[in-house]
Amino acid sequence: MSIVTVQLGQCGNQVGPEVFDVISSDALEGQKKAFCAAARERFFHQTPRGELVARAVLVDMEPKVINHSVSRAAKSGAWRYGEASHFSQKQGSGNNWANGYCVHGPRHRDVVEELVRREVERCDRLAGLMAMMSVAGGTGSGVGTYVTQCLRDTYPKSFILNHLTWPYGTGEVIVQNYNSVLTLAHLYQLSDAILVHENDTVHRICGRLLNIKHISFGDVNRVIAHQLASVLQPALTADSRGAYGRNPLGELASALSCHPEYKLLSVCTVPQVPSSSMAYSTFSWPSLLKHLRQMLVSNTKMEEGIDWQVRPPGGSARTGSPAGSGFNRSLANLLVLRGKDVYSAETGGFEDPALYTSWLSPEEAFSLWKSPVPFNKYEKCATLVSNSQALLRPLDDMVGKAWNMFASRAYLHQYMKFGISEEDFLDCFTSIEQVVSSYSQLH
Amino acid sequence: MTQSVVVQVGQCGNQVGCRFWDLALREHAHVNKKGMYDEALRSFFRNVDSRMIIDCVARNGYTICAGLTLAYLNPQAVLVDMEEGVVNEILQGPLREMFDSTQLLTDVSGSGNNWAVGHMTYGSAYREQIVDKLRKAAEHCDCLQCFFIIHSMGGGTGSGLGTKVLSLLEEEFPEVCRIVSSIYPSAEDDVVTSPYNSVLAMRELTEHADCVLPVENQSLVDIVNKIKQMSHAGRPGSVIRRDSTLISGQGGLSGAEKPFDAMNNIVANLLLNITSSARFDGSLNMDLNEIAMNLVPFPRLHYLVPSLTPLYTLADVSVPTRRLDQMFSDSFSKDHQLIRADPKRGLYLACALMVRGNVHVSDLRRNIERMKPSLPFVSWNQEGWKTGLCSVPPVGHSHSLLALANNTCVMSTFMELRERFTKLYRKKAHLHHYLHVEGMEQSMFSEAVGSLSSLIEEYYLLDATKGRLVPDAPRLRIAR
Repeated sequence: MSIVTVQLGQCGNQVGPEVFDVISSDALEGQKKAFCAAARERFFHQTPRGELVARAVLVDMEPKVINHSVSRAAKSGAWRYGEASHFSQKQGSGNNWANGYCVHGPRHRDVVEELVRREVERCDRLAGLMAMMSVAGGTGSGVGTYVTQCLRDTYPKSFILNHLTWPYGTGEVIVQNYNSVLTLAHLYQLSDAILVHENDTVHRICGRLLNIKHISFGDVNRVIAHQLASVLQPALTADSRGAYGRNPLGELASALSCHPEYKLLSVCTVPQVPSSSMAYSTFSWPSLLKHLRQMLVSNTKMEEGIDWQVRPPGGSARTGSPAGSGFNRSLANLLVLRGKDVYSAETGGFEDPALYTSWLSPEEAFSLWKSPVPFNKYEKCATLVSNSQALLRPLDDMVGKAWNMFASRAYLHQYMKFGISEEDFLDCFTSIEQVVSSYSQLH
Repeated sequence: MTQSVVVQVGQCGNQVGCRFWDLALREHAHVNKKGMYDEALRSFFRNVDSRMIIDCVARNGYTICAGLTLAYLNPQAVLVDMEEGVVNEILQGPLREMFDSTQLLTDVSGSGNNWAVGHMTYGSAYREQIVDKLRKAAEHCDCLQCFFIIHSMGGGTGSGLGTKVLSLLEEEFPEVCRIVSSIYPSAEDDVVTSPYNSVLAMRELTEHADCVLPVENQSLVDIVNKIKQMSHAGRPGSVIRRDSTLISGQGGLSGAEKPFDAMNNIVANLLLNITSSARFDGSLNMDLNEIAMNLVPFPRLHYLVPSLTPLYTLADVSVPTRRLDQMFSDSFSKDHQLIRADPKRGLYLACALMVRGNVHVSDLRRNIERMKPSLPFVSWNQEGWKTGLCSVPPVGHSHSLLALANNTCVMSTFMELRERFTKLYRKKAHLHHYLHVEGMEQSMFSEAVGSLSSLIEEYYLLDATKGRLVPDAPRLRIAR
């Protein structure tokens, strides 16, 4: 079953090709034929000449990034985008969510829907749709939200995963908090699962773990691609009965997004080491899993600076996370293990009821996927997709800043120009405060 | 790719405009080695002949455009002046083949340094023709994103007719962004009535422009002097690359430098840098409509203080990172602003940094972190930074930075202007020249100064919050 990816805006169209790069090189080098075939089927379709063409639609309101991504892929020789799979306009959305959502989205609805339809029809069976975008700008966020709405209307029974890139806390775009709040409030109603990467976190991984001196967006995007691909590549799941799972998005959503108020997912991958050190590193499952578990518990997004003092509260102390304890309560977790000796990995630590909320049993809250095929040059790789309080702080900060700006009425005239009213803003703020409240009350 | 149309009005506007086209050609010749008409050129030039257009000839180590083939390039511009002198000079200079007569609008007698003559008399007399020429220029564009208006505030044509053009643009093309580069007169300006002209024009700018980039003549003079001092210091280890200074037109077409060229080159470079991300590739593109969106929190407060760094590049390549950091520090210093104000003493409402050249996002972030503590930002926009990275550096530099700050320090420029205006107005000096013009009434003066005062007041109220601890607005509470 195949996933159709819709890349939206500059970010979506810069991260997307990195994801396809990782998947195609992983699928080429993999020794297991079944794995390669499954990976290829999931993300590419093969032309009669044997070329891999990504199952993707590229959308942007200005042409530069799409042109760059398409030509780069073609030059790689490993895979390419479909010739007619992209749509761009001349003039961008000006970082204005309202411009994207109210003007560009509706204006180009038919064309985009047609492009998606063509990709979907090329799939033997559709596993679902993945929309990739950022929340800070105008196109990814505004047009992305509108497109997600159209996808939901057109494919009501399909799974929709939104992959979002959250901007650096210290601005890339001044009105990024407005754009983010508007996007998240709408997506919450439309999406099955919202998988988030934060630029700040990934930037730190590049600097501290990968030792990159001058971090570029390319580096950041490659880490995001590595983490996302480690989740989406074929794996043996509980439902798949010995073969590679054919319903990755569905299983992801049912494993993690079990409640409509809780849809935000974060990702953590271990190990992450510079490629120069890989030859000298040995990894063991017990060590990797121990670190990963503590990263979850203490809400650390990378293997450095983990606070080992944080513990899940014992038995009776279940009245919400005490302030300042640093403990990150989970609703549900999905662990994906790839590589050598994966069947011997001991994952009991993740089934501890103390990690989870009281109203889900650990059997329901924890899911495990495995693949014996090593991933992206790592002999062993463990990825944890969490529905937990991990994103609560950044979300709360984002809403707080947006609210302060809203209280001063700053920039509102720019949005009202395109049809968004103060009422609309208030509705979105209310929705997101609801999400914040739900996550902070998790116990 | 989007296109922009440049409208240059008056003597100053046309002189700056002329430098702009010269430097733009230089920049494109530098980047565009094959001489093909590419997307980047398209943003400012129309191709009137589909054959190969730029014949790049290497001469004395610099690459210039051969004069002949310029005939194939037509700048997207409208040149307006009520005297023929400056436009005629352009038509006799090396750029002559690029312009065609339908882009020009001239008259003979000038506006006599009188805003009313420019705005009312010529404004109504030439209204049809102006709209016509603007429409033609717009029709040639595939996707018109922005109008750039270049003019001065102190005279009659640039100030009066220029602002009339601005309001015509708003009427005819309401969706196209209007960015105005206004040259403000210095206190010792030789035009006695410049305060009147400037204040009358200010009102139009506040009401009809999307963004204004104010530039003060005095700042340009100071920067020019600084560079010349540096060039002549001749200290070992500080030899400057000739073509790299902000004021140099070297490598362009015009031969000898004319008196105001150095100052005008600075403004021309400002326009080139603002549009760089729209023309060339980069890892973080910043379009022109994003500038207005991010930097203008309230519709009338759209005055953005520009600063350009570096002023020059040293000839020998020293420690790269330190030079980069120095560039960031300089761009917030008082001496590098294009108006005489100190942004560090004012309050930032928002700030945009457009970086060109080989700079990584990590360098950018590091420098923002470094500079932030010393820059006061308004309470609801503590992280009010908009950043853009364009990979193509300007000619002669490996990297450069343009900062556009929406900062309350513009208040001081406006207050000085108002003072100079009041000095004259109190005595009713020279008023009769204006009131004699048909359509002009005394109430326009009081309304104009009123508009200026309320603008100053708005900035003042925001500035007053500086340093005060403003509590966060209470958040919505969700019932459980």
